Amino acid sequence: MAVRVQREDFDVGAELDALARDDHGIGGLASFVGLVRDVSGGAGASAMTLEHYPGMTERLLAEIEAEARRRWPLSASLIVHRHGRLEPGERIVLVATASAHRKAALESCEFLIDWLKTKAPFWKLEETPEGERWVEARDEDDAAAARWDAGA
Amino acid sequence: MKLLYFAWLRTRIGISEEVVEPPAHVATVADLVAWLATRGPNFATALENPSVVRVAVNQEYAKPGQRVAPGDEVALFPPVTGG
Repeated sequence: MAVRVQREDFDVGAELDALARDDHGIGGLASFVGLVRDVSGGAGASAMTLEHYPGMTERLLAEIEAEARRRWPLSASLIVHRHGRLEPGERIVLVATASAHRKAALESCEFLIDWLKTKAPFWKLEETPEGERWVEARDEDDAAAARWDAGA
Repeated sequence: MKLLYFAWLRTRIGISEEVVEPPAHVATVADLVAWLATRGPNFATALENPSVVRVAVNQEYAKPGQRVAPGDEVALFPPVTGG
């Protein structure tokens, strides 16, 4: 039940511990961590800068989280997304969900990252050897998010 | 009306935000985008393909037919690429 947009890195272990520590009804804790991938193929640094829409981004993440909680019996959930300049290998996003049983935790975690990627206002600007380049939205991401609409 | 531009819309238009008073015939999101495109070559280039422009009115996604009003905060941006 928490959403954070921040420049700083996060400690995955500490975040997961804090999420489940006080609720012993939780039997499963699922998480997804997104990392900056080196797209230069070893040709040089390929850092990226993540831009967001302060206000709307937090609001959208909270809406997506609320939707997950309507669909699955979740005991706890967390979305942390970074902004600013990030180097290859750095963490971008953490999505974590906790439930009594694994199925709800695993499914809702996948749902959250799929919806986040196609709805939350973030934009990636990559530094490539040829210069800066705005990352284009991918059809596969739209298809992944749309899978969750069928049962809605 | 406050306008915000993000990502390549911001870099192509050349500003991140501005306050505008659209003409009276601008009633909807689609009207607004069409009017903005007439405001100079940078706007025309950035908005040449409205199908790749996402619009949010008061921080909620809006469809082309949604009405816009003078006090609104309207954001224009490309499809999102976070995560």
